[in-house]
Amino acid sequence: MNTLWKKTYAWIDERVDLRQLVDFMGKKYVPVHRGFLWYYFGGVTLFLFIIQVITGILLLLYYKASDQLAFESIQFIMSKVQFGWLIRSIHSWSANLFILSAVIHMFSVMFERGYRAPREITWLTGMFMLFLGLGFGFSGYLLPWNELAYFATKVGTEIPGVIPIIGKPVMEFLRGGPDVTGATLSRFFGFHVAVFPGLFTVFLGIHLLLVQRQGMSIPEHLEHEKLDESKRMPFFPNFLLRDLLLWLIVLNVLAILAVFFPWDLGKKADLFASAPAGIHPEWYFLFMFQTLKYIPSKVFFMDGEVLGVLLFGLAFALWTLIPFWDRRTARGSASRRVTYIALLALMYIIVFTILGWLL
Amino acid sequence: MEDSHSLTPAERSKRDFLKYLLTGGLLAWLASVIYPIISYLRPPQQTEVVVESVKVGPLSSLAKDSGTIVRFGNRPVILIRTATGDLRAFSAVCTHLECTVQYRKDLSVIWCACHNGKYDLSGRNIDGPPPRPLEPYRVVIQGDDVYVSKMS
Repeated sequence: MNTLWKKTYAWIDERVDLRQLVDFMGKKYVPVHRGFLWYYFGGVTLFLFIIQVITGILLLLYYKASDQLAFESIQFIMSKVQFGWLIRSIHSWSANLFILSAVIHMFSVMFERGYRAPREITWLTGMFMLFLGLGFGFSGYLLPWNELAYFATKVGTEIPGVIPIIGKPVMEFLRGGPDVTGATLSRFFGFHVAVFPGLFTVFLGIHLLLVQRQGMSIPEHLEHEKLDESKRMPFFPNFLLRDLLLWLIVLNVLAILAVFFPWDLGKKADLFASAPAGIHPEWYFLFMFQTLKYIPSKVFFMDGEVLGVLLFGLAFALWTLIPFWDRRTARGSASRRVTYIALLALMYIIVFTILGWLL
Repeated sequence: MEDSHSLTPAERSKRDFLKYLLTGGLLAWLASVIYPIISYLRPPQQTEVVVESVKVGPLSSLAKDSGTIVRFGNRPVILIRTATGDLRAFSAVCTHLECTVQYRKDLSVIWCACHNGKYDLSGRNIDGPPPRPLEPYRVVIQGDDVYVSKMS
């Protein structure tokens, strides 16, 4: 067995020069410091993405993307297909944990200024993946074609519709027509299983390549210190094994959630029923949803909705572009302002999410 | 790039001609690729069945102080029978973000569950985010049957 393994290695090495890669991996270190724990969340997010790909492919074997059949096909998956309930429940839970983990990962990078030069591209690709993740969540939410999904999609696609000039064409493009119908389901299905995964894979490739090439970011205050053996950990195998152990724990947590809190399917969407009381979007959209509730219908000459949408758009754009306007960090001095902005954003999201949940 | 100083005017104009031809050709080619894709992305206009009037059913089927959603073509309409027995109909599409509204018996208002918008029983937006009143429909009683029709 051992010789077979060696022979295979030698065979590949002869052709693609594996030696170089192994040398590179051997010299890769993870800095050990107070914020060490946060390094794990990128890996956890990656693991959850892998879970999504696998369970997603499994669901594809039985799911039917049409307004006539979607709800029934998921009923079929959950009641007839062996372990179908488990696969679907894991897919739903993992989607939520994925967003949570990605957001934690993002905030840790924000607080540690991991986005600063030369890692701007890593930050940008990460933000694009987060937005894609939200897109995954939004499009996937519609696929069961249930009551909650129908109205969430109606409201969610109406929101870009309020933007002047480009709004209406964008809304019709998303919906595949003026209303949310089976055409919308077909489109969202296409986005969810083809367009988004394709784009995501490209960004993920760049993101991971850069993390490997540039190594882990070190907090500013440690940057100029020489990291001795006690202050760093070899990525291979020490950090990787810890990563894998954590992945195992995450998988167990997922299994527990999926088994004890199975994801509800709800009632089939009825285009001629009133929106049910207590309707709300997924929790990661709640803070925006709640904000829109507080903005009055008219602010000066503007519709409240338009104002809210434009403000959120602006905030997300500024957030994404932070490596390019945070000049202080770029110069190498600590920027308290960024910490305050990030803290404020975090508090805002937490408070408004809780408000949205309770009210 | 070789230096263009050594080119004669005739050569230069030949080169310019080729430059414009190729750039123009490239742009035309791009347009011919992109235009069909953009057009494909825009959903075709479906011919809607024009509905002028819908029969809801016998008056006795509508309880006092209640509301029902009526299918009007491909749009929902809310038909309300007030506590006093009046019949009123409005578009059930909330003017805020297009959720379908419902009748709230406890408050005697038309209510949208999505963002807590409220309308009075004349369809006027009285609370919450809705920017406009609900579009009214006409209710006609013929014999024992209730019909909802468009305001002409």
